[in-house]
Amino acid sequence: MSLAAALRTGDLAQLPSRRDEDWRWTDLRGLLRVLPPPSEPYDGEAPAGPFAALADLPIHLVNASSPIVIRTAQAAPYVVALHLAALEGGSHAAEARIEVADGAHLILLESYEGDGAGYVANLDLKISLGAGARCERIVLAADGADGVSVSIADVVLSPGADFTQTVLTDGARRQRIETRVTHPGAGATVRLDGAYLLDAQRHADLTTVVDHKGVDGTTAQLTKGVVRDQARAVFQGRIVVETGADRTDARMRHQALVLSDRAEVDAKPELLIHADDVQCAHGNTVGALDEEAMFYMRQRGIPEAEARALLISAFVGEVIDRIAFEPAREIAQAWAADRLRT
Amino acid sequence: MLHIENLRAEVDGKEILKGLSLDVPAGEVHAIMGPNGAGKSTLSYVLTGRSGYEVTGGSASLDGEDLLALEPNERAARGVFLSFQYPLEIPGVPALTFIRTALNAQRRARGEAEVAAPAFLKLAKEKSAALKIDFEMLKRPLNVGFSGGEKKRMEILQMAMLSPRFLILDETDSGLDIDALKIVSEGVNALRGPDRGMLVITHYQRLLDYIKPDRVHVLAGGRIVESGGPELALELERAGYDKYARAA
Repeated sequence: MSLAAALRTGDLAQLPSRRDEDWRWTDLRGLLRVLPPPSEPYDGEAPAGPFAALADLPIHLVNASSPIVIRTAQAAPYVVALHLAALEGGSHAAEARIEVADGAHLILLESYEGDGAGYVANLDLKISLGAGARCERIVLAADGADGVSVSIADVVLSPGADFTQTVLTDGARRQRIETRVTHPGAGATVRLDGAYLLDAQRHADLTTVVDHKGVDGTTAQLTKGVVRDQARAVFQGRIVVETGADRTDARMRHQALVLSDRAEVDAKPELLIHADDVQCAHGNTVGALDEEAMFYMRQRGIPEAEARALLISAFVGEVIDRIAFEPAREIAQAWAADRLRT
Repeated sequence: MLHIENLRAEVDGKEILKGLSLDVPAGEVHAIMGPNGAGKSTLSYVLTGRSGYEVTGGSASLDGEDLLALEPNERAARGVFLSFQYPLEIPGVPALTFIRTALNAQRRARGEAEVAAPAFLKLAKEKSAALKIDFEMLKRPLNVGFSGGEKKRMEILQMAMLSPRFLILDETDSGLDIDALKIVSEGVNALRGPDRGMLVITHYQRLLDYIKPDRVHVLAGGRIVESGGPELALELERAGYDKYARAA
């Protein structure tokens, strides 16, 4: 069951539905009555995306349907910007394979854009990191309000590899950004962060699965989000520690601010631990803005709207501040500030 | 300066202030003492406009302007400052950012020009040194992980930076050791002046050894039941609040 399979075969029955446990909050089968035909080539000027200027290799794919391959073996950071635009209706299916060789360092700046009415986009990524390789992946998903978009990254790590990820999204009509990590333990480290800022009737689903297969692995996860109006956010985080994967250190935290009665956050943090000697923790909080803090700020003279904006931006800022690659962090900060302006 | 007349207020439908009247002229420091549950904190929240504290009668004005009609931030811009008994933690907002945001919001509300960054930093350095606050601490999120004493000092620093006209200190001595109490009191005393009024709310007389009041009022059962000079505080310390129990 996947959007990719449905697009490939044209068979609606291939779409994930609420009957699939992992997709029950992001039902595509019930949403899509027809699959739009493959998109026409776009004949306007191709947008380069927000990260193009930062990249050694800027790639932009518009209405894409062909696979691309990126390989790097250099130890100095190699910066790739991968921008996917869905600019007309229709369906878009892209695939990318990214290989970071032993000891190499890749900064992957990924961005999505969509403004076509009723488009359906799917991106499948395969990312592999060699021994001691590093990859910082930053995803800025700026889909259209009418778009349906799914991005699934399959990340396979070798011993000693370091994978960090920050996903930033303001949702779509329905959107899922999924990351699956095969974690060998063996000194490899993973950081999976995310921030969602949703308004109107937008939907975003951040799903992650980390599978610790060997001893001495580390995973740290921080996802934060803000929902208002009738928006809906889904956070599903699963960390599996397999038998024998001792001395695993895995920590997951998800925090959401719900700013309207009609907004919704569905969260499912899961730790599945089959080893004995592990340190694992997860925390999940979903709530409103702290009214006492609001009063305190107003007592100091800060007007209500400004106090709220300051609290919210500080809340989300914790995720963005963890982005190591500074130029991308600045773009992320500007993106968040723009979406939090009330 | 502060004029309160027959003020009545309730919380969750329960009347807490039952016709409280009080005048604090400019240049004076008045202490409000009273047993637990007398309405001391309620008075400070009603004067600053916290939601959930509903005024059901009477009035409160500052220099003739009706305070109760204003939003909390408007009251702050008019110069009302409350030093909280339990200052809030503001995650992710550095103390400096917080204070500068507050100062400039107040100045905007008063039609004054904002303070530029260099002038602000100079002022912050000066005032924090006087309160023996490590300047580095001001780069950390406000009050997050600070000790009780550090939070109180941070309140006084904000007070010094915002330079309010009317100060309400709610149990400012709670949680302070004697050294911190001295530093905090010196900070408060430095703000005494002919144009400022202060209301010092405290359960114990101890604070009033350091911040000497011009007048002392006893708040019990939602009303001021006795007023006098500084000697009244000493008498309360000796005799306790038992004789006012009837009123409560």
